[in-house]
Amino acid sequence: MAIKRGVSLYSFQNDTFQQKMDLEDCIRTCAEMGARGIEVIGEQTFWGWPECGVEDAAIDNWHHLIAKYDCVPVSHDYMLDYKRYKGRIMPFDEQVASVRNDIDFGARLGVPYIRSLVSIDPDVLVAAAPYAEEKGIKLLTEVHAPLHFDHPWILRMAEAFEKSGSPALGFLPDMGMFLHAFPPVWRAKFERMGVRKDVADYIVKAYEDRVLSEYVILGVREMGGEGPALAMAETLRHNAAFEPKRMLDHMDRIHNIHGKFYEMTADYVEPSIPYDQIVAVLNQGGYDGYICSEYEGNRWIEDFEEPDSVEQVRRQQVMLARLLGEPEPAMLQAA
Amino acid sequence: MMDNKMIVENSLESSDKGFAFYGRLPYYRGLGLSMIEDIAITADGEPVPRENVRLHLHGKTYTLEQMETVYDDRWNFGEQAKIIAMMPGGLAPGEHTIEYAVRMRVSYLPFVPTTKDVKQLSLAA
Repeated sequence: MAIKRGVSLYSFQNDTFQQKMDLEDCIRTCAEMGARGIEVIGEQTFWGWPECGVEDAAIDNWHHLIAKYDCVPVSHDYMLDYKRYKGRIMPFDEQVASVRNDIDFGARLGVPYIRSLVSIDPDVLVAAAPYAEEKGIKLLTEVHAPLHFDHPWILRMAEAFEKSGSPALGFLPDMGMFLHAFPPVWRAKFERMGVRKDVADYIVKAYEDRVLSEYVILGVREMGGEGPALAMAETLRHNAAFEPKRMLDHMDRIHNIHGKFYEMTADYVEPSIPYDQIVAVLNQGGYDGYICSEYEGNRWIEDFEEPDSVEQVRRQQVMLARLLGEPEPAMLQAA
Repeated sequence: MMDNKMIVENSLESSDKGFAFYGRLPYYRGLGLSMIEDIAITADGEPVPRENVRLHLHGKTYTLEQMETVYDDRWNFGEQAKIIAMMPGGLAPGEHTIEYAVRMRVSYLPFVPTTKDVKQLSLAA
Protein backbone atom coordinates (compact mmCIF):
# COMPACT_ATOMS: atom_id res chain seq x y z
CA MET A 1 0.00 0.00 0.00
CA ALA A 2 1.23 3.49 -0.79
CA ILE A 3 0.45 7.01 0.31
CA LYS A 4 -2.57 8.41 -1.52
CA ARG A 5 -3.35 11.94 -2.70
CA GLY A 6 -6.38 13.96 -1.62
CA VAL A 7 -7.60 17.51 -1.17
CA SER A 8 -9.35 19.32 1.66
CA LEU A 9 -12.02 21.50 0.10
CA TYR A 10 -10.89 24.16 2.59
CA SER A 11 -8.33 24.88 -0.15
CA PHE A 12 -11.02 26.31 -2.44
CA GLN A 13 -12.68 28.50 0.21
CA ASN A 14 -12.25 31.78 -1.65
CA ASP A 15 -14.03 30.30 -4.64
CA THR A 16 -16.81 28.56 -2.72
CA PHE A 17 -17.38 31.58 -0.43
CA GLN A 18 -18.18 33.65 -3.51
CA GLN A 19 -20.02 30.75 -5.15
CA LYS A 20 -17.60 30.71 -8.05
CA MET A 21 -17.20 26.96 -7.52
CA ASP A 22 -19.86 24.58 -6.29
CA LEU A 23 -19.39 21.13 -4.78
CA GLU A 24 -19.34 19.47 -8.20
CA ASP A 25 -16.66 21.89 -9.45
CA CYS A 26 -14.54 21.09 -6.39
CA ILE A 27 -14.83 17.33 -6.67
CA ARG A 28 -14.31 17.32 -10.46
CA THR A 29 -11.21 19.51 -10.06
CA CYS A 30 -9.72 17.12 -7.50
CA ALA A 31 -10.52 14.10 -9.67
CA GLU A 32 -8.86 15.72 -12.68
CA MET A 33 -5.68 16.08 -10.62
CA GLY A 34 -5.81 12.44 -9.64
CA ALA A 35 -6.42 13.50 -6.04
CA ARG A 36 -9.24 11.10 -5.30
CA GLY A 37 -9.50 11.60 -1.54
CA ILE A 38 -11.99 14.31 -0.58
CA GLU A 39 -11.98 15.99 2.82
CA VAL A 40 -14.57 18.54 3.88
CA ILE A 41 -15.23 20.89 6.74
CA GLY A 42 -18.81 19.67 7.05
CA GLU A 43 -20.35 22.99 7.96
CA GLN A 44 -18.52 24.79 5.16
CA THR A 45 -19.71 22.42 2.46
CA PHE A 46 -23.13 21.56 3.87
CA TRP A 47 -25.07 24.68 4.85
CA GLY A 48 -27.09 24.19 8.02
CA TRP A 49 -24.75 21.80 9.81
CA PRO A 50 -24.86 21.45 12.78
CA GLU A 51 -27.48 23.87 14.19
CA CYS A 52 -30.07 23.31 11.45
CA GLY A 53 -29.16 19.80 10.25
CA VAL A 54 -28.70 18.77 6.62
CA GLU A 55 -31.37 17.25 4.39
CA ASP A 56 -30.88 13.82 2.88
CA ALA A 57 -31.01 15.33 -0.62
CA ALA A 58 -27.71 17.16 0.00
CA ILE A 59 -26.09 13.97 1.27
CA ASP A 60 -27.44 12.02 -1.72
CA ASN A 61 -25.92 14.65 -4.02
CA TRP A 62 -22.56 14.23 -2.27
CA HIS A 63 -22.60 10.46 -2.82
CA HIS A 64 -23.72 10.95 -6.41
CA LEU A 65 -20.79 13.31 -7.11
CA ILE A 66 -18.26 11.12 -5.32
CA ALA A 67 -19.38 8.16 -7.47
CA LYS A 68 -19.57 10.21 -10.68
CA TYR A 69 -15.93 11.32 -10.38
CA ASP A 70 -14.65 8.07 -8.86
CA CYS A 71 -13.51 9.78 -5.67
CA VAL A 72 -13.28 8.60 -2.06
CA PRO A 73 -14.77 10.34 1.01
CA VAL A 74 -11.91 10.74 3.51
CA SER A 75 -12.77 13.08 6.37
CA HIS A 76 -15.38 15.40 7.81
CA ASP A 77 -13.66 18.09 9.89
CA TYR A 78 -15.98 19.06 12.73
CA MET A 79 -15.63 21.95 15.15
CA LEU A 80 -17.45 21.24 18.48
CA ASP A 81 -18.47 24.72 19.58
CA TYR A 82 -18.02 24.27 23.30
CA LYS A 83 -18.34 28.06 23.70
CA ARG A 84 -21.84 28.04 22.20
CA TYR A 85 -23.26 29.57 25.39
CA LYS A 86 -22.04 33.01 26.31
CA GLY A 87 -20.12 33.04 29.58
CA ARG A 88 -20.03 29.30 30.21
CA ILE A 89 -18.45 26.24 28.65
CA MET A 90 -20.74 23.54 27.28
CA PRO A 91 -21.21 20.77 29.90
CA PHE A 92 -19.17 17.58 29.43
CA ASP A 93 -22.09 15.30 28.52
CA GLU A 94 -23.34 17.78 25.97
CA GLN A 95 -19.88 17.97 24.41
CA VAL A 96 -19.85 14.19 24.08
CA ALA A 97 -23.34 14.29 22.55
CA SER A 98 -22.12 16.93 20.10
CA VAL A 99 -19.23 14.69 19.02
CA ARG A 100 -21.66 11.78 18.60
CA ASN A 101 -23.78 14.03 16.38
CA ASP A 102 -20.75 14.64 14.15
CA ILE A 103 -19.95 10.92 14.16
CA ASP A 104 -23.45 10.36 12.76
CA PHE A 105 -22.86 13.06 10.16
CA GLY A 106 -19.53 11.50 9.19
CA ALA A 107 -21.29 8.15 8.81
CA ARG A 108 -23.85 9.76 6.49
CA LEU A 109 -21.01 11.13 4.36
CA GLY A 110 -19.33 7.73 4.32
CA VAL A 111 -16.00 8.99 5.66
CA PRO A 112 -13.76 6.77 7.79
CA TYR A 113 -12.41 9.74 9.76
CA ILE A 114 -13.67 12.88 11.42
CA ARG A 115 -11.20 15.57 12.43
CA SER A 116 -11.26 16.91 16.00
CA LEU A 117 -9.67 20.23 16.85
CA VAL A 118 -6.70 20.08 19.17
CA SER A 119 -8.51 22.19 21.79
CA ILE A 120 -11.08 19.44 22.47
CA ASP A 121 -10.69 17.78 25.88
CA PRO A 122 -9.23 14.27 25.44
CA ASP A 123 -11.72 12.95 28.03
CA VAL A 124 -14.56 13.99 25.72
CA LEU A 125 -12.98 12.04 22.87
CA VAL A 126 -12.41 8.97 25.05
CA ALA A 127 -16.07 9.11 26.13
CA ALA A 128 -17.24 9.34 22.51
CA ALA A 129 -14.88 6.61 21.24
CA PRO A 130 -17.17 3.57 21.80
CA TYR A 131 -19.87 5.21 19.69
CA ALA A 132 -17.30 5.99 16.99
CA GLU A 133 -16.21 2.33 17.00
CA GLU A 134 -19.85 1.27 16.58
CA LYS A 135 -20.18 3.51 13.55
CA GLY A 136 -16.84 2.52 12.04
CA ILE A 137 -15.36 5.99 12.38
CA LYS A 138 -12.09 7.18 13.87
CA LEU A 139 -11.79 10.48 15.74
CA LEU A 140 -8.54 12.11 14.68
CA THR A 141 -7.17 14.99 16.72
CA GLU A 142 -5.46 17.53 14.50
CA VAL A 143 -1.92 18.17 15.72
CA HIS A 144 -1.40 21.70 14.48
CA ALA A 145 1.13 24.45 15.16
CA PRO A 146 1.89 25.81 17.72
CA LEU A 147 1.32 22.31 19.11
CA HIS A 148 3.49 19.40 18.07
CA PHE A 149 4.11 15.77 18.95
CA ASP A 150 6.33 16.56 21.95
CA HIS A 151 3.98 19.13 23.47
CA PRO A 152 2.65 18.08 26.90
CA TRP A 153 -0.97 18.48 25.73
CA ILE A 154 -0.39 16.04 22.84
CA LEU A 155 1.50 13.65 25.11
CA ARG A 156 -1.46 13.76 27.49
CA MET A 157 -3.77 13.00 24.56
CA ALA A 158 -1.64 10.07 23.43
CA GLU A 159 -1.64 8.69 26.98
CA ALA A 160 -5.42 9.04 27.23
CA PHE A 161 -5.85 7.30 23.86
CA GLU A 162 -3.54 4.43 24.90
CA LYS A 163 -5.23 4.03 28.26
CA SER A 164 -8.67 3.87 26.61
CA GLY A 165 -7.46 1.08 24.34
CA SER A 166 -9.84 2.31 21.65
CA PRO A 167 -8.71 1.96 18.04
CA ALA A 168 -11.12 4.81 17.20
CA LEU A 169 -8.79 7.47 18.64
CA GLY A 170 -5.94 8.89 16.62
CA PHE A 171 -4.12 11.86 15.19
CA LEU A 172 -4.21 13.97 12.05
CA PRO A 173 -0.94 15.91 11.78
CA ASP A 174 -0.98 19.26 9.98
CA MET A 175 2.27 19.75 8.07
CA GLY A 176 2.37 23.42 9.09
CA MET A 177 4.12 22.30 12.28
CA PHE A 178 7.22 21.52 10.19
CA LEU A 179 7.72 25.10 8.99
CA HIS A 180 11.43 25.12 8.24
CA ALA A 181 11.60 28.61 6.69
CA PHE A 182 9.60 31.80 7.09
CA PRO A 183 6.96 31.72 4.31
CA PRO A 184 7.62 34.36 1.61
CA VAL A 185 3.87 35.10 1.34
CA TRP A 186 3.78 35.99 5.06
CA ARG A 187 6.72 38.31 4.68
CA ALA A 188 5.17 39.98 1.65
CA LYS A 189 1.90 40.59 3.50
CA PHE A 190 3.70 42.12 6.50
CA GLU A 191 5.68 44.35 4.16
CA ARG A 192 2.41 45.51 2.59
CA MET A 193 1.30 46.34 6.14
CA GLY A 194 4.34 48.60 6.50
CA VAL A 195 7.11 46.43 7.98
CA ARG A 196 10.54 47.81 7.05
CA LYS A 197 12.78 45.68 4.87
CA ASP A 198 15.59 45.53 7.45
CA VAL A 199 13.17 44.36 10.13
CA ALA A 200 11.68 41.74 7.81
CA ASP A 201 15.21 40.56 6.87
CA TYR A 202 16.07 40.24 10.56
CA ILE A 203 12.97 38.18 11.38
CA VAL A 204 13.37 35.85 8.40
CA LYS A 205 17.06 35.29 9.26
CA ALA A 206 16.27 34.79 12.96
CA TYR A 207 13.70 32.16 11.98
CA GLU A 208 16.32 30.39 9.84
CA ASP A 209 18.72 30.51 12.78
CA ARG A 210 16.03 29.05 15.07
CA VAL A 211 16.27 31.95 17.53
CA LEU A 212 13.77 31.79 20.40
CA SER A 213 10.67 33.79 19.48
CA GLU A 214 10.83 35.97 22.61
CA TYR A 215 14.35 37.13 21.73
CA VAL A 216 13.24 37.97 18.20
CA ILE A 217 10.28 39.99 19.49
CA LEU A 218 12.64 41.91 21.79
CA GLY A 219 15.07 42.41 18.91
CA VAL A 220 12.31 43.88 16.75
CA ARG A 221 11.30 46.22 19.59
CA GLU A 222 14.89 47.39 19.88
CA MET A 223 14.93 48.11 16.14
CA GLY A 224 11.97 50.42 16.72
CA GLY A 225 9.45 47.97 15.32
CA GLU A 226 5.87 48.23 16.42
CA GLY A 227 2.39 47.15 15.24
CA PRO A 228 2.82 45.02 12.13
CA ALA A 229 6.56 44.46 12.82
CA LEU A 230 5.76 42.99 16.23
CA ALA A 231 2.92 40.97 14.71
CA MET A 232 5.38 39.56 12.16
CA ALA A 233 7.81 38.63 14.95
CA GLU A 234 4.97 37.14 17.01
CA THR A 235 4.21 34.59 14.27
CA LEU A 236 7.33 32.86 15.60
CA ARG A 237 5.49 32.15 18.84
CA HIS A 238 2.95 30.06 16.96
CA ASN A 239 5.18 28.34 14.44
CA ALA A 240 8.38 26.37 14.60
CA ALA A 241 10.44 23.93 12.58
CA PHE A 242 9.58 20.75 14.44
CA GLU A 243 11.03 17.50 13.12
CA PRO A 244 8.87 15.38 10.79
CA LYS A 245 10.43 12.28 12.35
CA ARG A 246 8.56 13.04 15.60
CA MET A 247 5.54 11.51 13.85
CA LEU A 248 7.22 8.10 13.89
CA ASP A 249 6.34 7.36 17.53
CA HIS A 250 2.66 7.78 16.70
CA MET A 251 2.35 6.13 13.29
CA ASP A 252 -0.13 3.51 14.49
CA ARG A 253 -2.56 6.30 15.37
CA ILE A 254 -1.92 8.59 12.36
CA HIS A 255 -4.59 7.95 9.72
CA ASN A 256 -4.96 11.17 7.76
CA ILE A 257 -2.72 14.15 7.04
CA HIS A 258 -3.28 17.81 6.22
CA GLY A 259 -0.89 18.73 3.45
CA LYS A 260 -0.83 22.34 4.63
CA PHE A 261 0.92 24.75 2.31
CA TYR A 262 1.22 28.50 2.02
CA GLU A 263 2.54 28.80 -1.50
CA MET A 264 3.59 26.56 -4.35
CA THR A 265 6.05 28.18 -6.72
CA ALA A 266 5.92 27.69 -10.50
CA ASP A 267 8.62 25.05 -10.18
CA TYR A 268 6.52 23.02 -7.74
CA VAL A 269 8.30 23.91 -4.50
CA GLU A 270 6.73 24.83 -1.13
CA PRO A 271 9.47 27.20 0.08
CA SER A 272 8.63 26.89 3.77
CA ILE A 273 7.65 23.25 4.40
CA PRO A 274 10.07 20.38 3.67
CA TYR A 275 7.79 17.96 1.84
CA ASP A 276 10.66 15.76 0.65
CA GLN A 277 11.62 15.03 4.26
CA ILE A 278 7.99 14.65 5.27
CA VAL A 279 7.22 12.06 2.59
CA ALA A 280 10.43 10.19 3.44
CA VAL A 281 9.40 9.98 7.10
CA LEU A 282 5.87 8.90 6.23
CA ASN A 283 7.21 6.17 3.97
CA GLN A 284 9.60 5.07 6.69
CA GLY A 285 6.67 4.87 9.11
CA GLY A 286 4.62 2.80 6.68
CA TYR A 287 1.91 5.42 6.28
CA ASP A 288 -0.58 4.46 3.59
CA GLY A 289 -3.40 6.97 4.11
CA TYR A 290 -4.11 10.21 2.27
CA ILE A 291 -2.19 13.47 2.25
CA CYS A 292 -4.93 16.03 1.69
CA SER A 293 -3.78 19.34 0.20
CA GLU A 294 -4.73 22.21 2.45
CA TYR A 295 -4.01 25.55 0.79
CA GLU A 296 -3.76 28.21 3.46
CA GLY A 297 -1.79 30.83 1.55
CA ASN A 298 -5.11 32.26 0.35
CA ARG A 299 -5.59 34.29 3.52
CA TRP A 300 -2.07 35.76 3.20
CA ILE A 301 -2.61 37.19 -0.29
CA GLU A 302 -6.33 37.93 -0.56
CA ASP A 303 -5.81 41.56 0.54
CA PHE A 304 -3.66 41.99 -2.56
CA GLU A 305 -4.86 39.58 -5.23
CA GLU A 306 -7.56 37.01 -5.74
CA PRO A 307 -6.04 33.62 -4.84
CA ASP A 308 -5.76 31.10 -7.68
CA SER A 309 -6.57 28.18 -5.41
CA VAL A 310 -6.98 25.59 -8.16
CA GLU A 311 -3.54 26.33 -9.64
CA GLN A 312 -1.96 26.32 -6.18
CA VAL A 313 -3.49 22.93 -5.35
CA ARG A 314 -2.53 21.60 -8.79
CA ARG A 315 1.10 22.54 -8.18
CA GLN A 316 1.10 20.81 -4.80
CA GLN A 317 -0.42 17.72 -6.35
CA VAL A 318 2.35 17.70 -8.97
CA MET A 319 4.92 17.90 -6.16
CA LEU A 320 3.22 15.10 -4.24
CA ALA A 321 2.88 12.87 -7.32
CA ARG A 322 6.60 13.29 -7.95
CA LEU A 323 7.57 12.64 -4.33
CA LEU A 324 5.34 9.57 -4.26
CA GLY A 325 6.83 8.27 -7.48
CA GLU A 326 3.54 8.39 -9.33
CA PRO A 327 3.20 9.18 -13.01
CA GLU A 328 1.79 12.68 -13.45
CA PRO A 329 -1.83 12.50 -14.61
CA ALA A 330 -2.75 14.57 -17.67
CA MET A 331 -4.17 17.62 -15.91
CA LEU A 332 -1.10 17.80 -13.71
CA GLN A 333 1.22 18.30 -16.64
CA ALA A 334 0.08 21.76 -17.73
CA ALA A 335 -1.77 24.61 -16.15
CA MET B 1 -9.91 36.17 6.18
CA MET B 2 -12.45 37.23 3.56
CA ASP B 3 -12.29 40.69 5.21
CA ASN B 4 -12.61 42.51 1.93
CA LYS B 5 -15.65 40.45 0.97
CA MET B 6 -17.71 41.11 4.11
CA ILE B 7 -19.80 43.90 2.59
CA VAL B 8 -21.66 42.87 -0.54
CA GLU B 9 -21.13 45.44 -3.33
CA ASN B 10 -24.11 47.44 -4.56
CA SER B 11 -26.34 46.25 -1.73
CA LEU B 12 -27.06 49.50 0.11
CA GLU B 13 -30.71 50.46 0.51
CA SER B 14 -32.50 53.03 2.63
CA SER B 15 -35.98 53.85 3.87
CA ASP B 16 -37.64 56.16 6.41
CA LYS B 17 -36.77 53.64 9.14
CA GLY B 18 -33.07 53.29 8.43
CA PHE B 19 -30.62 51.69 6.02
CA ALA B 20 -29.49 48.17 5.22
CA PHE B 21 -26.90 46.25 3.22
CA TYR B 22 -25.93 42.63 2.71
CA GLY B 23 -23.05 41.27 4.75
CA ARG B 24 -21.15 38.05 5.06
CA LEU B 25 -19.31 36.46 7.96
CA PRO B 26 -15.50 36.83 7.61
CA TYR B 27 -14.81 33.19 8.32
CA TYR B 28 -14.06 29.87 6.63
CA ARG B 29 -17.15 28.22 8.08
CA GLY B 30 -20.53 29.38 9.36
CA LEU B 31 -21.44 30.04 12.96
CA GLY B 32 -24.49 29.51 15.17
CA LEU B 33 -26.06 32.87 15.92
CA SER B 34 -25.34 32.64 19.67
CA MET B 35 -21.64 32.97 18.87
CA ILE B 36 -21.96 36.29 17.03
CA GLU B 37 -20.97 38.61 19.85
CA ASP B 38 -21.29 41.92 18.09
CA ILE B 39 -22.00 43.61 14.80
CA ALA B 40 -20.83 47.21 14.63
CA ILE B 41 -21.85 49.56 11.84
CA THR B 42 -20.90 53.12 11.05
CA ALA B 43 -22.22 55.24 8.22
CA ASP B 44 -19.95 58.12 7.18
CA GLY B 45 -18.11 57.79 10.47
CA GLU B 46 -21.27 57.88 12.58
CA PRO B 47 -21.67 54.74 14.72
CA VAL B 48 -25.06 53.06 14.90
CA PRO B 49 -25.95 52.21 18.53
CA ARG B 50 -25.82 48.45 19.21
CA GLU B 51 -29.52 48.32 20.15
CA ASN B 52 -30.40 49.73 16.71
CA VAL B 53 -28.65 46.96 14.76
CA ARG B 54 -30.68 44.04 13.33
CA LEU B 55 -29.75 40.91 11.43
CA HIS B 56 -32.26 39.50 8.96
CA LEU B 57 -31.69 35.89 7.98
CA HIS B 58 -33.92 32.98 6.92
CA GLY B 59 -37.06 35.12 7.13
CA LYS B 60 -36.39 36.28 10.69
CA THR B 61 -35.12 39.56 12.11
CA TYR B 62 -32.99 39.49 15.25
CA THR B 63 -31.62 42.12 17.59
CA LEU B 64 -28.04 41.46 18.68
CA GLU B 65 -29.25 40.71 22.18
CA GLN B 66 -31.76 38.15 20.88
CA MET B 67 -29.07 36.48 18.75
CA GLU B 68 -27.02 35.68 21.84
CA THR B 69 -29.47 32.94 22.82
CA VAL B 70 -30.38 31.64 19.36
CA TYR B 71 -29.11 28.06 19.19
CA ASP B 72 -31.22 26.77 16.30
CA ASP B 73 -30.22 29.09 13.48
CA ARG B 74 -26.88 29.83 11.91
CA TRP B 75 -25.19 32.20 9.54
CA ASN B 76 -23.67 29.91 6.94
CA PHE B 77 -20.33 30.07 5.16
CA GLY B 78 -20.46 32.86 2.58
CA GLU B 79 -24.18 33.39 3.18
CA GLN B 80 -25.47 36.93 2.63
CA ALA B 81 -27.51 38.26 5.56
CA LYS B 82 -29.28 41.60 5.60
CA ILE B 83 -27.66 43.93 8.13
CA ILE B 84 -30.10 46.61 9.19
CA ALA B 85 -29.46 49.90 10.97
CA MET B 86 -32.58 51.43 12.51
CA MET B 87 -32.11 55.13 11.90
CA PRO B 88 -35.14 57.37 11.39
CA GLY B 89 -34.83 59.18 8.08
CA GLY B 90 -32.35 56.70 6.64
CA LEU B 91 -29.48 57.86 4.42
CA ALA B 92 -29.58 60.51 1.72
CA PRO B 93 -29.02 59.47 -1.91
CA GLY B 94 -25.36 59.47 -2.99
CA GLU B 95 -22.08 57.95 -1.82
CA HIS B 96 -21.68 56.63 1.72
CA THR B 97 -18.77 55.11 3.59
CA ILE B 98 -20.09 52.04 5.34
CA GLU B 99 -18.00 50.29 7.97
CA TYR B 100 -19.10 46.88 9.19
CA ALA B 101 -17.32 44.85 11.89
CA VAL B 102 -18.16 41.44 13.36
CA ARG B 103 -16.92 40.00 16.64
CA MET B 104 -17.14 36.22 16.86
CA ARG B 105 -16.73 33.80 19.75
CA VAL B 106 -14.83 30.92 18.21
CA SER B 107 -14.39 27.97 20.56
CA TYR B 108 -10.88 26.94 19.58
CA LEU B 109 -9.36 30.43 19.49
CA PRO B 110 -7.72 31.85 22.62
CA PHE B 111 -8.98 35.32 21.69
CA VAL B 112 -12.21 36.86 20.38
CA PRO B 113 -11.56 38.16 16.87
CA THR B 114 -13.10 41.30 15.44
CA THR B 115 -12.94 41.67 11.68
CA LYS B 116 -13.84 44.81 9.76
CA ASP B 117 -14.59 45.86 6.22
CA VAL B 118 -15.06 49.39 4.90
CA LYS B 119 -16.61 50.16 1.55
CA GLN B 120 -17.95 53.09 -0.41
CA LEU B 121 -21.51 52.23 -1.35
CA SER B 122 -23.81 54.38 -3.40
CA LEU B 123 -27.49 54.93 -2.85
CA ALA B 124 -29.62 55.75 -5.87
CA ALA B 125 -31.90 58.75 -5.61
